[in-house]
Amino acid sequence: METLFSLLIGVFFASAVYLMLSKHTVRILLGIAILGNGVNLLLFTAGRLTREIPPIIPFDSDVLPSAAANPLPQALILTAIVISFSFFAFLLVLTYRGYQELGTDNTDEMRLAEPKDESLPPLGY
Amino acid sequence: MNTLILRTVAPPITALMLVFSVFVLLRGHNEPGGGFIGGLIAASALAIYGIAYGVSAVRHAIRFHPMAIAGFGLLVGALSGVVSIFAGVPFMTGLWIYPSIFGVEVPLATVISFDIGVYFVVLGSVGSIALALEERETD
Amino acid sequence: MAAPTTAPIDLSAAMVMAPTALADWLVIAPMGLMITLGAVLMMVRHKLHLHGWIAIPGLVALVILDGLLLWRVAVDGPFTMTAGRWLPPFGISFTADLLGALLAFTSGIVALAAGIYGLRDINATGRRYGFFPFLMLLMAGVTGAFLTGDIFNLYVWFEVLLISSFGLLILGSERQQVDGALKYAVLNLIGTTLFLIAVGYVYAIFGTLNMADIARKVPEQRDVAPLLTLSTLFILAFAMKAAAFPVNFWLPASYHTPRVVVSALFGGLLTKVGVYAMIRVMVMLFPLEREELSLLLAIAAALTMVLGALGALAQSDLRRMAGFAVIAGIGNVVAGVAIGGQTGISGAILYALHSIVAMTALYLLAGEAARIGGSWSLQTLGGLYRQAPGLAVSAFVIFFATAGLPPFSGLWPKIIILKAALDIGAWWLSAALLVSALILTLTLGRVFLLAFWRPQLASAVGEPVSPATWHRSGPLVGLVAVLVFFGMFPDLPVRLSQGAAATLLDPTAYIQSVFPTGGAE
Repeated sequence: METLFSLLIGVFFASAVYLMLSKHTVRILLGIAILGNGVNLLLFTAGRLTREIPPIIPFDSDVLPSAAANPLPQALILTAIVISFSFFAFLLVLTYRGYQELGTDNTDEMRLAEPKDESLPPLGY
Repeated sequence: MNTLILRTVAPPITALMLVFSVFVLLRGHNEPGGGFIGGLIAASALAIYGIAYGVSAVRHAIRFHPMAIAGFGLLVGALSGVVSIFAGVPFMTGLWIYPSIFGVEVPLATVISFDIGVYFVVLGSVGSIALALEERETD
Repeated sequence: MAAPTTAPIDLSAAMVMAPTALADWLVIAPMGLMITLGAVLMMVRHKLHLHGWIAIPGLVALVILDGLLLWRVAVDGPFTMTAGRWLPPFGISFTADLLGALLAFTSGIVALAAGIYGLRDINATGRRYGFFPFLMLLMAGVTGAFLTGDIFNLYVWFEVLLISSFGLLILGSERQQVDGALKYAVLNLIGTTLFLIAVGYVYAIFGTLNMADIARKVPEQRDVAPLLTLSTLFILAFAMKAAAFPVNFWLPASYHTPRVVVSALFGGLLTKVGVYAMIRVMVMLFPLEREELSLLLAIAAALTMVLGALGALAQSDLRRMAGFAVIAGIGNVVAGVAIGGQTGISGAILYALHSIVAMTALYLLAGEAARIGGSWSLQTLGGLYRQAPGLAVSAFVIFFATAGLPPFSGLWPKIIILKAALDIGAWWLSAALLVSALILTLTLGRVFLLAFWRPQLASAVGEPVSPATWHRSGPLVGLVAVLVFFGMFPDLPVRLSQGAAATLLDPTAYIQSVFPTGGAE
């Protein structure tokens, strides 16, 4: 099961990297979203995959059943999901603003902050 | 989007979702649910109302700026963590009181107030993003 | 639901039973204060006149709290508070040691300076966009990253400071800022995601996220787990945050776009958080892996400092010049980490402390120069010496300190790192250090010559600007005073950073503070 998940994570990462290598901001954004999901899967697999028994302490017991699933990765993933969700929302707004203000989604043409024909400092006075 | 059907059903749906969000928030204390998902439901309620009646109607209806709501939630959350300084236990330790209201013992905890803080943070921040996106669509 | 007092369970197996001393709250207090004030400021966002009255006393309180924390750590050694009473490693620990406390204290000073400068520099629009709330949350993120003892929590603080830095970066939403912010946001987000991937592997290998616990368990796993690969991933992620050479291009693309006080904060603090994380993880958690990767780190460091200095030489915009100077400074710190050992690490820590103050001062100086001279460009600036002699004196000090010339605070860390490099026989690294310092001296000397010494250009004579109020001159004078004082009397910071390096190289005291009784399990 872990092997299968590792391969799946590899596919996620590969497609994320492929998309992020694009020049267009929307594709980069999609790549980041896929990367975030790949990381969540990675965290999930890092906690070892166990099925069937949810990590809930039964009424007549003080400790978890021994074969219960690991609850910690789920807490980590929840945190990571919340963070990546809010960042994705922010980046979405920023990309949209970027498209409105700069008139392009091609990162090669976004040279407003770093103009091409910037003058060198004077050599003397 | 601005159809008669949507305009008719939007107020009851919004009200229902807001009530449901509070239910989910309180249910999260012992069962699946909680502040985050409750806040998301409440924020989507605002978004639906905004689609039907316009963003300014929502802003008028919630009275406070969404970011102020998020700030309030953050304050509640932070204070719930800090209260434990008075009990001589570390930061974020859950503290319980068991007042009896009308003969029913109600367990109240800083855990719940923290969750309420999360609810407002999510409602405020997601709500403000949603409203900002809707606002842009109209102009 | 029964009250805990009637529960039959033995709580001492999972919980800290000893009452918490009030002094232990010092490790939480800076973040608690900043988050609370940030929340309050968010609620009163539209009452602009209140912002300064809440924020500045808050930042003063932050400096005092950080100072008390530093004092306690320097006297008693590291101490820990674990959230929620859970025994570590189950609860999230906050551990203050000398490294974290030193950096937190220095950042507090810098934030206070920036906050005061921001009172005048940030106009009503910027305040309405939330300069002060974001400043508070940024400081919560920065201080939290320095003081946490849990590696996943470190990731969370990284994100806290990242989201507040986004807010600060696009204050006012100008076109240039949107362009800069897009590159900054995307590349930093990828960097922190790489860090999160590494954290996932740490959890897979060690089954714990508490840094003290990881430090204990690394020797057991060294032969079975791919720790070298993991360390490389950490180095890449932190180098991206710190803007070290092959992954530094986001910094000069974005740091000159926001308001200058925001640039000053970013230049002083954000890259140093990446450097801090690199020191913490590579020196304390994976010391043998750091040794194996030291050549890689050294090459990256040498390239970072030389290319950073060359980049600064080629810029005519003062803020872009300062951005490349930040990168050159990062090269020095990474060089110290690459060399390792007591001398190298203490040099790196001292340089990071110096760089926090010097880079903030450099940006604030650029802001003042542009305000008086009416331009950011060396093409048109001139005659500042005649118009503002006091500013010229500050510029002289800050330039000397940035280039590492005596008698200011940049000299000592540079000497320590240089000595460490010569001790291990890395002549090329020492050469890179000196070449970088030489190029920076040339760059900054030219700025002084052109912007300050050269007579004002006839075309640039405009209306006289109002003289600087204390809001603007006070922070600059304060930071310059720090640079001068620790240049003249380097004894205290040098001793403290040596102590910090010693705690990192032998983390027994750190582990002891988290697990006083040997810990759970």
